[in-house]
Amino acid sequence: MSAQSTMLDEFLPPPSTRLDRSAAELDARSVSAWFGSNRVLDRVSLTMPAGQVTALIGPSGCGKSTFLRILNRMHESVPSAKLAGEVCLNGTDVYAPGTRVTETRRRIGMVFQKPNPFPAMSIADNVTAGLKLTGTKVSRSHRGALIEHSLRRAGLWDEVKNRLPEPGSALSGGQQQRLCIARSLAVDPDVLLMDEPCSALDPTSTRRVEETIAEISKDVTIVIVTHNMQQAARVSHRCAFFLAALGTPGQIVEAGATEQIFGNPRDPRTADYVNGRFG
Amino acid sequence: MTLSIFGGPRADDTAPLPIVSDDVPRRIDAGWPPSDKIFRHVARTIGLVVLVITGSIGAFLGYQAIPTLRRYGFGFFTESQWQPELDKVGISAVLVGTIEVALIALVIGFPLALLTALYISEYAPPRIKSSLVAMVDLMAAVPSIIYGLWGFFLLQPHAIYLARWLSQNFGWIPIFQVDTDPNAAAWAQSQYTASAFIAGLCVAMMVIPMACAVMRGVFAQAPSGEREAALALGSTRWGMVRAVVLPFGRGGIIGGTMLGLGRALGETIAVLLIISPAFEIKYKILTVGTNTTSALIAARFGEATSAQLAALLTAGFVLFVITLFVNTVAAVLVGRSRSGAATEI
Amino acid sequence: MSVTFRPESKDVPMSKQEIAADVPTQPTAAVAAQEAPEQQQQAQGPDGPPDVPRVLRARTTDDILSLVGSAVAAVAFTWIVYEHVLAWSGILGFVVCTWVVFLAFYSAVSVMENPRPVLLDRLAAAVVTSGAALVGLALLSTVWYVYYKGWPALHHWNFFTKDMSGVRPTAPLDQGGCWHAIVGSGIQIGMAIVISLPLGIGTAVYLTEVGGRMSGTVRTVVEAMTAIPDILAGLFIYALLIIALHWERSGFAVSLALAVTMTPIIARSAEVVLRVVPGGLREAGLALGASRWQTVIRVVLPTARTGLATSLILGIARIAGETAPLLIVSGANTFFNRDPFHNPMNSLPLYVYTAVRSGEPLFIARGYGAAALLLTLVLALFITTRFLARDKIRAR
Repeated sequence: MSAQSTMLDEFLPPPSTRLDRSAAELDARSVSAWFGSNRVLDRVSLTMPAGQVTALIGPSGCGKSTFLRILNRMHESVPSAKLAGEVCLNGTDVYAPGTRVTETRRRIGMVFQKPNPFPAMSIADNVTAGLKLTGTKVSRSHRGALIEHSLRRAGLWDEVKNRLPEPGSALSGGQQQRLCIARSLAVDPDVLLMDEPCSALDPTSTRRVEETIAEISKDVTIVIVTHNMQQAARVSHRCAFFLAALGTPGQIVEAGATEQIFGNPRDPRTADYVNGRFG
Repeated sequence: MTLSIFGGPRADDTAPLPIVSDDVPRRIDAGWPPSDKIFRHVARTIGLVVLVITGSIGAFLGYQAIPTLRRYGFGFFTESQWQPELDKVGISAVLVGTIEVALIALVIGFPLALLTALYISEYAPPRIKSSLVAMVDLMAAVPSIIYGLWGFFLLQPHAIYLARWLSQNFGWIPIFQVDTDPNAAAWAQSQYTASAFIAGLCVAMMVIPMACAVMRGVFAQAPSGEREAALALGSTRWGMVRAVVLPFGRGGIIGGTMLGLGRALGETIAVLLIISPAFEIKYKILTVGTNTTSALIAARFGEATSAQLAALLTAGFVLFVITLFVNTVAAVLVGRSRSGAATEI
Repeated sequence: MSVTFRPESKDVPMSKQEIAADVPTQPTAAVAAQEAPEQQQQAQGPDGPPDVPRVLRARTTDDILSLVGSAVAAVAFTWIVYEHVLAWSGILGFVVCTWVVFLAFYSAVSVMENPRPVLLDRLAAAVVTSGAALVGLALLSTVWYVYYKGWPALHHWNFFTKDMSGVRPTAPLDQGGCWHAIVGSGIQIGMAIVISLPLGIGTAVYLTEVGGRMSGTVRTVVEAMTAIPDILAGLFIYALLIIALHWERSGFAVSLALAVTMTPIIARSAEVVLRVVPGGLREAGLALGASRWQTVIRVVLPTARTGLATSLILGIARIAGETAPLLIVSGANTFFNRDPFHNPMNSLPLYVYTAVRSGEPLFIARGYGAAALLLTLVLALFITTRFLARDKIRAR
């Protein structure tokens, strides 16, 4: 695999137009969020180390997805959304004035809960959609290698290598989600955010996606929101437990290494949650 | 490393967490590239240009109407003659004719549209359902001049018999009276042609597909849970339709009908082909001669001087206001009803 | 009112002992041993006979016979009574009387054996089906009539290739034609599309993708404008361009009038189509780092392309048949004119109108031919939209 990656290095966009290929550290500092006058997150701080998988767990409605969407600046696309605090990618605030939001989103990619391949494009075109959309040129010879590389990383290559011209929507749910992962990987992000990527999938597809997460996490920092505690225990190195009591904004109750959160939680609410006493 | 805000576990975990933050939202500049901003400006400009153009129709007509109304005053609405050379112009006869033709079209078209919509949505075999929907849409797309041809050449010769039958048997109702003797052996056929009744029949063909399409769309959205509940209680199909589909579709039925009414008020070419213009306020719909606003405009504009043109534009403005009102009411009714709210836009 | 149950089909054999016994709770061991192999045989999948789905019918024999019987009786009854007893005449009256008598007979027959809800159900079904049939008949008669009367002109080849210059209206049908009207329609519609398609789709993009304070007003006005009588659009262009600005009547003025009608229609239906594109696709585009316009151009519009094509084609079908604004803004000339900016330009609907109003039988026949041509055009556009829509459904 590593020999392949060095060989394919020359087929990826040249270093001047792409960023450092290693994973990056994401650091959220005192992030608060509002929808209109309704505060939904209250001074959340979290460090997501490079090359590791950080899971955000907690009951529904605690602001995990909102926090995730703040990380890649998708939160502000809602008209009434506001935020405070900083999100630092390798030390630089992505919300700093003068930073292009499109650039941030290239470096911090996102996979959504419902698989959304572009139906008007073939599987091959879906993989390179990120480049086409941002106007990045890829020469034809490099394109094929890039598609194969991304699909291999997503664990989908063997299943679709003979079906590349078919439309993206012709795949099963699990395959579509892996196609979306391949699409996000093709632009070579430093961080990949995943918003409950397996909740709409069957157990077999879920397992495949989790295998993919394990394989790519060395090159890409992953932050995954999940309702499934067993999944969090399986895939993540670190966990952050979100909680929002009735009527109050979400906060992180406890964060730390996965083994510690599940085996020896410090806060009784964390213990209650990971032991299934409330959901 | 992050700890909870208050450090350490709390004994009482049901009390709400205190909010100590005093931060305020920050200003964010998304930093879209210039091409993105240009795109948004272009789209906004196009939208406003279209708004100006379409909005200016009403404004333009209204502006032209001012001198005419100032000149003729309220008499414009009460005068029935249209003789510009004698400076007697008025749209009362024309308005009455417009409403008559539209109402006749509604009276005939509404039940037929409702029955067709019910048939397609509830009674048609599933295999041909989509073909029937296509046929209704096709019926809406047929140009009105073709319906005018059909009405004038095919329908009229047969419809005058129906008109005569109506005047024979229901002549005691004032609107069905005719000026000649319907029971005469050699009855005057020409007295029954070119009437508001026949024009209304023809316009009904244009009202039906429009109303039927709206009604059918609404019936298709009647919740299947309620349908099944009715059937599970042992109801027949008609019982289920009466209990579930029709009440649910009330807004769509009325809205679709009003849309058809709006169309009927503005129909020009079919009316023009059928009627023989007459400028009098006439309530006898079966007899020859009537006029509608749009037919008046189409027929008279060519020989109009600028003052007469202004009068025609005023008539057009009145028609515009009426049609706009009817269509707005229709949209509100459909939107506020239960069936309209269920419509996904 | 009694409800009868029909006996179940006899596929569960009962031994004689079981029938004889009062309440066979526990069949004796011998009986069980006798039964078991039989039942086992039937329960075994691969070896036993396979299951066959039952035929279920909602309609009973009574339903069918009541209907047919009443129909036949109604025809027979009216036949006797209509001509001889009531002395009415005309086939229209005969049909109407037959229908009324049929309903009466059907109700009478139904009420004898069935409860009231069934009677109402049958009557409702009869009335609803008749109404739909009447409407279908009217539509079919329209289409048939136009082609029937247009055929004498249509089957001459010169009808499509020659214009009417130098040909008198009373000339026989193998002279002259409506070529100039066909070309005129084509040019006018083409120019109207060039104007209204970008404006319409641009407005739709503005309403769905950009939004803003004015978008509510724009949407309301555009929706209101889809419903104005088409003659007012013609009047507007006439008064504005020809009277106020002293332009001459030309094909271009007609295109403008058509575009005024067409733009709100395209804008409204394109907006609906764009709105149906799932928001998840836009989010996916943005999350990949695309700007908003890149997402619109590369993701939203291609995804909606079938619906946008349908909007365009429906707009074309709508304006292709519009005659009223043509009466006002266009002049009906007889010679071939390819220049839309000077001189009047004839078009198909206008040709039909002048022909039919002329009172000359041969010219009227030509008018029918042109009307048939117009109808064929609308039909063809329609079938294209159905074809496009079907492709889209199949691709899912």
